[in-house]
Parts: sequence; C-alpha cells; structure tokens
Amino acid sequence: MKLTVEQVRHVATLARLSLTPEEEERYAEQLSAVLEAVALLEELDVSEVEPTSHATLTSSLPREDVTRPSLPPEKALANAPARVGTSFAVPKILE
Amino acid sequence: MQPTELTLLELAEKLAAREVTSLEVTQACLSRIAQVDGKVKAFLRLDESGALAAAEASDARRGKGNPLGPLDGVPVAVKDIFLTEGVETTCASRILQGFHPPYDATTVRLLKEAGMPILGKLNQDEFAMGSSNETSACGPCHNPWDVTRTPGGSSGGSAAALAAREVFGTLGTDTGGSIRQPAAFTNTVGLKPTYGRVSRFGVIAFASSLDVPGPLARTVGDVAALLQVLARHDPRDSTSVPVEVPDYSADLEHGVAGLKLGVPREYFTEGMDPEVEAAVREALKVYESLGATLVDVSLPHTKYALATYYLIAPAEASSNLARYDGVRYGLRARDAKGLKEMYGLSRDQGFGPEVKRRIMLGTYALSAGYYDAYYLKAQKVRTLIREDFNRAFQQVDALVSPTSPVPAFKLGEKVEDPLSMYLMDVFTLPCNLAGLPGLSLPGGFTKGGLPIGLQLMGRPFDEAKLLRIGRAFEREHDFVRRQAPL
Repeated sequence: MKLTVEQVRHVATLARLSLTPEEEERYAEQLSAVLEAVALLEELDVSEVEPTSHATLTSSLPREDVTRPSLPPEKALANAPARVGTSFAVPKILE
Repeated sequence: MQPTELTLLELAEKLAAREVTSLEVTQACLSRIAQVDGKVKAFLRLDESGALAAAEASDARRGKGNPLGPLDGVPVAVKDIFLTEGVETTCASRILQGFHPPYDATTVRLLKEAGMPILGKLNQDEFAMGSSNETSACGPCHNPWDVTRTPGGSSGGSAAALAAREVFGTLGTDTGGSIRQPAAFTNTVGLKPTYGRVSRFGVIAFASSLDVPGPLARTVGDVAALLQVLARHDPRDSTSVPVEVPDYSADLEHGVAGLKLGVPREYFTEGMDPEVEAAVREALKVYESLGATLVDVSLPHTKYALATYYLIAPAEASSNLARYDGVRYGLRARDAKGLKEMYGLSRDQGFGPEVKRRIMLGTYALSAGYYDAYYLKAQKVRTLIREDFNRAFQQVDALVSPTSPVPAFKLGEKVEDPLSMYLMDVFTLPCNLAGLPGLSLPGGFTKGGLPIGLQLMGRPFDEAKLLRIGRAFEREHDFVRRQAPL
C-alpha cells in the first residue's frame, strides 16, 4: 500500500495538521513503509473473532451520580493563551 | 556510603531509625542531580522548594512520632506525563510548554499522601511516543551506563535517574514497553501493572486502552513498596478496577520452588542479540536450580503483535491528541488568520515529527473506508493475542523472556528509521495488548558492560507473584548493587 502525497494531504486535513511540502513527502514515504509492515495482518482470517476494544478485564463501573465541586473558572482559565472575561478567546470563526 | 547509594527500602529503614532526616536525603539527591545530571539529562525540571518543604514536613511528622506510612520522607520523581499541580508539565512537547496543571494526577496525590517529596519532572519521549527518549522536545536523555547510548524510552528519564542514583523511586508509564525497556537498558527494575490496577486519572493520555502507570526503582522490593502506595481503585478513572490490593511484600521471599515458568518459544527469535539470549537462558537455569519447573509454551500470534499495536496505539493517539488545539492551554500559533488556520499551525508547530507521524497513521487507520481493514481488524487480532496468553496461563504461573531483543543502542542509531525503532518493543507490547502485568529486572551484563533485562509476564492482578519470582532471581546475584560508571 503506497500512500500518495494527495492522500497524505487529505489525512493531514482530517488531523488538523498544516504540513509543509517537505513533511508531506516524508510522511508519504514513511507511512507507506509502516502500512506495508502492518499488511501482515491480512494473512489472518478473523471473520469469526470478536474485537477487543479495551484491556479492562471486568466491565467498567459507573460512579455515583452526585454533584461535586469542579474547577473554579480562574483555575480552569489560568493556562488560556487568550481570554475574555471567563471565556477562552479564539481567532474569528467565520471566514 | 553516600545516602544516594541506598535502596529505597534501606533509606526507609534509616529514616524510621532516625539515622538520617528526609531533609538531608532530599538535599543529597539535589546535590547528586547538580553533580551528574548535566551528563544524563534525566530531569526536565526540578521542584526544589516543593521537595524541600515536603521533606521538612516529613521530618516534623516523624519528630512527633506520626509518620504517614513506611515511605514517609523518601524522595521520588515522576515522568513529565503526570500532572503535578502548579509544577509545569509538558509531556516533553513544545505544545504544552508553560502548562501548569490545576490538579495532581491520582498517582501523584498518592505519593504526596504517603509523605514522599517529589524532586521534579523526568525526561521522556514526546507524549510517550518513542523507544529511546530521543523524540523529547527537550533533548534526549543519556544512559548512565554509557552516555553515548539511549536509556530506552519512553520513560527514559525515570530509569536513568535511578541508574544515576539521583533518586530512590520514580513513576513511568507503559503503553508498549515504556517502563520495562528503559528498566532493562539501565539495570533497574520496572513494573507495568495490570491494566486497571493503577489509576490513569491525571496521566496525559497516549493510547487509552493500553496506557498503564507504574513504578521503577533499583530493587524488586523497592518496586513492591511503591506499588503498595499506587495500587488503588480510583472512582475518577472508570477503567480502574476495584480488586482487593494484596500485601505485595508478604510473599516476596518465598522463592520459586514448585512454580511453573513458561518459556514462550516465539520470544527466542533470530535477530536477538546473542548475549541477551545467553543471559536469559542462564536465568532460566537459575530458576530451575531453585526448584521451578520450566515449561515450553507457544504464543502463536506473537508475530502479529507489532502490527496490531502500531494500528491501535496511533488510532487512539490521534483521538486523544485532538485536544491540543491552541484554545484552552498550550501553544497557540501567533499569526493565524482564522480559527482553522490557528488549529493547523499550532499543531504543526507544537508537535514533533514522531507525534505527527503517529497522528497521521492513526487518523488514516480510522478514516472512512479504512476503519474495518485496519482498526477493527487490529482489535480482532488483539483478541487472538489475549487468547494465546489465556491458554498459556492455564499451564504456567508466569512467563519468562528477554525484555528487549538488544541492549541499549547508540543515540541517533535508529532515529531516521521508524520501523526499526518500533521493533524495539516486540517483546513488551503483547502484555499491553492483553492488559497483563509485566516486570523487567536486571538479568546481567554484556561483555561491554551494558545491562540486560529479564522480563516476567503474569496473570491479571498477579503482580505479587511476578515480584516474588523476580526477587528469587535477584537474590542470587549482585546485579542490583552494581553502579553505573558516571
């Protein structure tokens, strides 16, 4: 399975990564090599096998549905790159 | 003898006997760090004032006869992936530079509640993605046994700090071998607990179905003592399992007589370093001489584990790392025209090449048209790998293998070749896929003086038996007493 630069660009868009042209070239090559290696799985017939989605060996437990204090706004906003009042500020959304 | 040459449990005894104070020992650690860490680079940052204040508080408690527990006053350090309230936490990534967590990871809180001063944050691969500590945005960590070599990864700093005698115990995380392989490369002991045994709350997520936090130290007994502090059900982690916590030191000295140890034939493959193989074969003889029965077992799907892992882990990583978008914390690209451009530029500038590679791979494996062929397929093969282990554990108490096919390699040797780097995890990642506990302990040295790791794998929640089997071997050698030539 060889990835084209166009496919790499598409995946980068999905992943919200603005890659440079050099990165696109390099990832096309490196990801193709990894995909070639994982193609090993094709030789296994797993049509009758259930998937394992999680390593948890017992089912997970819901916790009590009780109100608990959460982070105060000042603490939650302390790492914000930009803020307005008690909100996170972002560049304009409509282009 | 310098206090930094003591093991964690020896120090705990001396503190209890009031032969030393926590403040003296914490200061000794800080001077040792000042003396050798320029060469090792195990620490990304220190919390001197926090550690010294915790040490003074510990001494005050002891003065009044009220220590918090057996490890009160013993200095430790944690991988930078653990959130530490008020102390910068970057996961060795540019994208989290300047991030000061508003709360502690559960594991960090447990260390503090046990009275243990935390010296600082340890080097690692960026977001724990790597097997050599070279993807760290803060620069690589060096192996104290040979500073031109890697200490392993991703918890390289957690292992190197111990080998350099800068600290008595550390926390690491293990997604595909990231505690055990660094332990193997540095003559230290590292435990990857059963998935669900130790809380992941406040541990920066890489691959959520595989990530497990765990302890590293210089002896098996030290690791058992740390696990005693960490193993706990945590309602804040829905995958934390409320299984009873045993006394991990109770059976430690009980030996291996009568136990059945499996030798998985797929773990003795071509391409393994002959000195590594010889050391593990020698360890097997030791176990036999101590009364254990060796059983030849097969884990037939082992050869598919690497491919399975390198689909599942990047897929989960691509989802987990979607949160780094420059909005609420971390790096934000300055000159973006709109929101979308800000996302893309922030992520491109903030993530290093290996992280981007895995995000790309994971995004591809989850994208429309490929989900069934890659991600779902890998999850099904994961079931086969788990079933291999289940069958083996019907016959044996534990499995014995090398931790890594090779000893520590040179820094720079594999950086340009992702696939050969991924192969470094071939013996460790099956445990993660199956959720099982795995222990790496010193298994000897190469002729050139590089450490070799012995790996034990066990049944779910059977950490106590792994520690006991590890201790039985440790007792027969002086490996843990050997010091890195710094």
